[in-house]
Amino acid sequence: MIQSLDPRITRAEIEENNSISPLKDLDQWETYEVFHQKKRGDQHMHVGIVHAPNAEMALLFAKEQYGRRGVSVNIWVVCTRDVFTSDYDDTDMFDVSEKQYREAGGYKVMEKINKYKKANKI
Amino acid sequence: MYGNAYIDPNDKANSILAGEDPQKLEEFENRIARGEKIEPKDWMPKEYRRQLIRMIEQHAHSEIIGALPEGTWITRAPGFRRKLALMAKVQDEVGHAQLLYSAAETLGKSREAMINDLITGKSKYSNVFNYPAFTWADACIIAWLIDAGAIINQVANAKGSYGPYCRALDRICTEESFHLKYGHDNVVTLATGSEIQREMVQAALIRWWPPIMHFFGPSDKISQHTEILMKWKVKMASNDDMRQQFLDMYVPKIWDLGLTLPDPLLKKNPETKKWEYTEPDWEEFKRVINGGGPCNAERLAVRRHAEENGRWVREALNNVGSKYVVPLA
Ligand SMILES: [Fe+2]
Ligand SMILES: [Fe+2]
Repeated sequence: MIQSLDPRITRAEIEENNSISPLKDLDQWETYEVFHQKKRGDQHMHVGIVHAPNAEMALLFAKEQYGRRGVSVNIWVVCTRDVFTSDYDDTDMFDVSEKQYREAGGYKVMEKINKYKKANKI
Repeated sequence: MYGNAYIDPNDKANSILAGEDPQKLEEFENRIARGEKIEPKDWMPKEYRRQLIRMIEQHAHSEIIGALPEGTWITRAPGFRRKLALMAKVQDEVGHAQLLYSAAETLGKSREAMINDLITGKSKYSNVFNYPAFTWADACIIAWLIDAGAIINQVANAKGSYGPYCRALDRICTEESFHLKYGHDNVVTLATGSEIQREMVQAALIRWWPPIMHFFGPSDKISQHTEILMKWKVKMASNDDMRQQFLDMYVPKIWDLGLTLPDPLLKKNPETKKWEYTEPDWEEFKRVINGGGPCNAERLAVRRHAEENGRWVREALNNVGSKYVVPLA
């Protein structure tokens, strides 16, 4: 029996060699991705995960894990297996180096104006 | 380095990289050299994954086990505010464990497997938590100086290459600033208090100094293995460098309170600007890490007791339709 400096542990009468059967798969449940909004008007941001048996418990754990310091007004949880993601190997699909026409910087108005002014001595 | 024609079969670095696709390895190393982070589903060398799982998992276990010596003092902390503060700190530490287990999980080891390895003694955790917190002052020294050591380590690792670990550490470091301030405040209260309080904190400091000097581990062996881990930004600072940083930041603060440290050789060499100290007893360190410390058996027995007693609750709540997938980030 463990004699601890902590009276609560001594009172629990714990055997020193208390072997237990190993935790089985899903003992810790599945995971939920947590999104949290710091203040009204902000985007919800992904902050991490919690392990939970269902969405209600996930919200409770998410509040404890990510919202215990008064920097949140709202939390969302989404079961990890319901999230569809793109692949880092496909990052090249986001390449827009040839799509200057989508960018404000792709339009050189001042150049045109200056060229016109110069040509017409305005 | 991997493109070279001659490969020495006795070179340990080659066996670390054995079987890795040289082109993928090069892309991976270039990404790290550019300062980009590695994300969970990226290709990574087997050794990178293995070392990170080991490191993050041990870190998580340290947070969980570290909550035990401090948790002991919640009911006996002097005054209601300190009870609340210590409860908040202990909850933070358990929260740190959860964040770290999640980061390790993204590398493919389930939380169940990590907990099993902890409670069977297969995985290690920080050696300091195998020592008892005899008095309230011990709990104060832990909160100040052990957390200070942890912060040095965590701030360094937060600049590492694995995205999920860095993100977890950023959150953790924010909370650690409260732990450090709380611990310092408690130590200062005792050190500026009555004669009995001063004696109490001085005695705790003497007890904790050897484990504190052990905290960052023995000097690193200079090996190609360590070099590769540094290149991959898995290991961010040498154990000795972190110990020096700790001594530089905290010894003056300890002396400033008129407290003494149990090492007559401890001083900063004005020429080398390095701290000199009595070499810590690494045999004791090995003995304790391998199970021979005063609290190893108790810590693991308490964890097993908690897992076993909470099991029926977890099972009762379990959702039959659930299916595990690796968390995203
Ligand atoms: Fe922590
Ligand atoms: Fe802490």
